[in-house]
Amino acid sequence: MSGIFAINGGACVAMVGKDCVAIACDLRLGLQALTVSNNFPKIFQYGDVFLGLTGLATDVSTVSDLFRYKVNMYRLREERDIAPRTFANLVSSTLYEKRFGPYFVGPVVAGLDPKTGEPFICGFDSIGCIDFAKDFIVSGTATDQLFGMCESLWEPDMTPDQLFETISQSLLNAVDRDALSGWGAHVYIIEKDKVTKRLLKGRQD
Amino acid sequence: MDLGRWIIGGSLRPCALLSLASVRSVHPDRLKLQCAFPLELQSSRHRDLGPVPTNNLKLPLADLHLLSNFVHNIAKMEILLGITGKDFTLIAASKAAMRGATILKASDDKTRHLNKHTLMAYSGEAGDTVQFAEYIQANAQLYSMRNESDLSPSALANFVRGELATSLRSRKPYNVNLLLGGVDPITHKPSLYWLDYLAALAPLPYAAHGYAQYYCLSILDKHHHPDITLGQGIKLLTLCTDELKRRLPVDFKGMTVKAVTKDGIVDIEFNDDKVVKSA
Repeated sequence: MSGIFAINGGACVAMVGKDCVAIACDLRLGLQALTVSNNFPKIFQYGDVFLGLTGLATDVSTVSDLFRYKVNMYRLREERDIAPRTFANLVSSTLYEKRFGPYFVGPVVAGLDPKTGEPFICGFDSIGCIDFAKDFIVSGTATDQLFGMCESLWEPDMTPDQLFETISQSLLNAVDRDALSGWGAHVYIIEKDKVTKRLLKGRQD
Repeated sequence: MDLGRWIIGGSLRPCALLSLASVRSVHPDRLKLQCAFPLELQSSRHRDLGPVPTNNLKLPLADLHLLSNFVHNIAKMEILLGITGKDFTLIAASKAAMRGATILKASDDKTRHLNKHTLMAYSGEAGDTVQFAEYIQANAQLYSMRNESDLSPSALANFVRGELATSLRSRKPYNVNLLLGGVDPITHKPSLYWLDYLAALAPLPYAAHGYAQYYCLSILDKHHHPDITLGQGIKLLTLCTDELKRRLPVDFKGMTVKAVTKDGIVDIEFNDDKVVKSA
């Protein structure tokens, strides 16, 4: 409840399914216990790669703007979109550049490998240590609750529809037990040639 | 760049332009860099200090949060309110200039016009507020002069956020809370941006800063509607100020109220003398 990461609140989760991945975030922006906005998305799209950012709101904006710049420069240089794994390493090195004065964010990356179509998700700490996972990644003030939900609901090889249901229930039920996150959610389901973005209204209290 | 033309054609008086230019004081080390843009406006406070030892740049954020609590309790007494409606954005700021327990001035205007259809209200640490607001104002006006077109409210909001975010990681960050209200010059859509001293930016239908948040947001939650007219907006504002008069322990000396519409920024006559009975 105290600490820089928990001033503004917020939660994010990514999950792997069969030939698909999902990433979801809540929409709250607060100042301690006071809610300032219920429309503050924490997922950002760079080509076919998705980045979720929880933590200090100012750094969520700063870091998302920074990666928009970096990914655009990458695209101009390489004349192709960045791959999720490459982006993950870019995130890692960018965060570690600020080792002794970090951005106070907990990033989550999700996407499909452009060549193999293999699902890819990973998470980071604020100084860029990568956490690769085969099942799910959680981040934000509802981390504990999300771990519990994901651990009990996730199963291997889910279809996109099953994955949507699982990630949505995990997030919604996790943030309802966290005072600092919630107030609606965005859910992205990423398939080979289709991305579906859904807005979940959620509890507005 | 042909300055003469701007002085005649632009909205700035010659003396104003001179003072803009003098904001820049050049450190010898930076001389080369600055020549690239002779009239780029610089924040006089943290640039031009010459090379700063790197260990000083290590993040002061953790300390800043504690330090700012001291300044913040005064700043929290300053009221900033913003309400958007169908075709306008209302911005209101308390008239009292406070320092400790003293009210230094009862007719303070805590707003700055950035361009024809964008208005910024500010609160926070004494020197920082005006310094930062005028730095932003000067750059917004410089952009308008150079490009013969104004930045949109959203563009300005993101520019301000960038400047504040850069300052946050500097040796002495600006301690300023802001509300940015505007009407898009092309689409005529009203907008309101909430920005705190940490440079967290949120576009909102209605917003407040400081203690006013605790009293007014719930009133606005209940009564606000995106389609309200200017008259209804002012009524809503009165509802908020009445509550503030009733519950705030200090006399904030009434509000300066301004409305941004597609035709520009207008001052709104607001009855400050209304007596509200305590609860």
